[in-house]
Amino acid sequence: MATTILTPTDEHKVSAHDGLWMSAKDAETVTGWTLKPEGMCRDDLCVPLPASAVKGGEVDVEAFWRKLGGPVIASQEGDVWALGATADERNAALAGLQAPDFTLPDIDGTPRTLSELRGKKVFLATWASW
Amino acid sequence: MWQTLHEELKDKGFMVVAVAEESRGAEHARPWIEQAKSTYWQLIDTEHRLSDLYNLVNVPQAVWIDEQGLIVRPPETAGSTDHFRRMDLKTRTMSPEDQAARLAARQAYLDAVRAWVNNGSHSLPADEARARLPKVTPEIAEARARFRLGVWLRDHGSATEGDRQMNIASSLHPESWSMWRQAADLDEVGKASGPEFWKRVQALGDRPYYPPPKL
Repeated sequence: MATTILTPTDEHKVSAHDGLWMSAKDAETVTGWTLKPEGMCRDDLCVPLPASAVKGGEVDVEAFWRKLGGPVIASQEGDVWALGATADERNAALAGLQAPDFTLPDIDGTPRTLSELRGKKVFLATWASW
Repeated sequence: MWQTLHEELKDKGFMVVAVAEESRGAEHARPWIEQAKSTYWQLIDTEHRLSDLYNLVNVPQAVWIDEQGLIVRPPETAGSTDHFRRMDLKTRTMSPEDQAARLAARQAYLDAVRAWVNNGSHSLPADEARARLPKVTPEIAEARARFRLGVWLRDHGSATEGDRQMNIASSLHPESWSMWRQAADLDEVGKASGPEFWKRVQALGDRPYYPPPKL
């Protein structure tokens, strides 16, 4: 079954079963973390996984994400999932004071990235029609 | 809204980036953007990604970022005030005194931006900037994920379930006016400023809707 997984910046369609069991390769695409003997690893950091969350080259991404401390929300049908950023990750990024980078489209669909404006003072403001 | 400011300061290494927290998408925001005739970036943020990254709770809020990409003023109310809470709901007008006070507050905020660009004032030292950052809690983190799922479900034909996720998000993060009002607007255009909105505003009591910036 094709499962849609929403991360804070991306949307993935992967083949998953029994929740978010998927191949280690798909797990890496979705989470950015790589399955290694030590656990799930990113850069120099490895997070050990419980034995019950790895089996035959597959990873239980739901269990891994909860281990990280991140929110995991499923639709009623279980076909769409949202993996949210952890509060710690957001707080650490903001406390570093480096403005979190992002890319968003303008009204004509052209993608614009905040860091392209390095060297300028930027007044970043929100608005809405509602 | 920011065009005059941008035109005035753009040759001094200054740029406005206006982000529409607008889950109905670009076409819904287009009339406002075209009317603004802006030369700065006008970006569309259907998933409220910026609110997630910067821990925002309302519009308009602004973040000041220096030449090195550092936050020198964390999120704060950008030129709006609470005077609207006292307006006559039948005529939708404010008293002349309130109108004047609102305009003065907005002017003071714009002057602060000008001063920042011209001589660096109002830029906060790192420890002060850090101290003013609103903290993300696990409840807020969960609310963001539910809001993201809710917007997606609504956009893919599951309005009821999407609405349910957005309602849970709002109850997990009641300080976020953006989550509540966006959900209301997706339910029905106009609902975000309808009777339920006013009831919520009244329930604030002495608490501000737009906390004034500490300039």
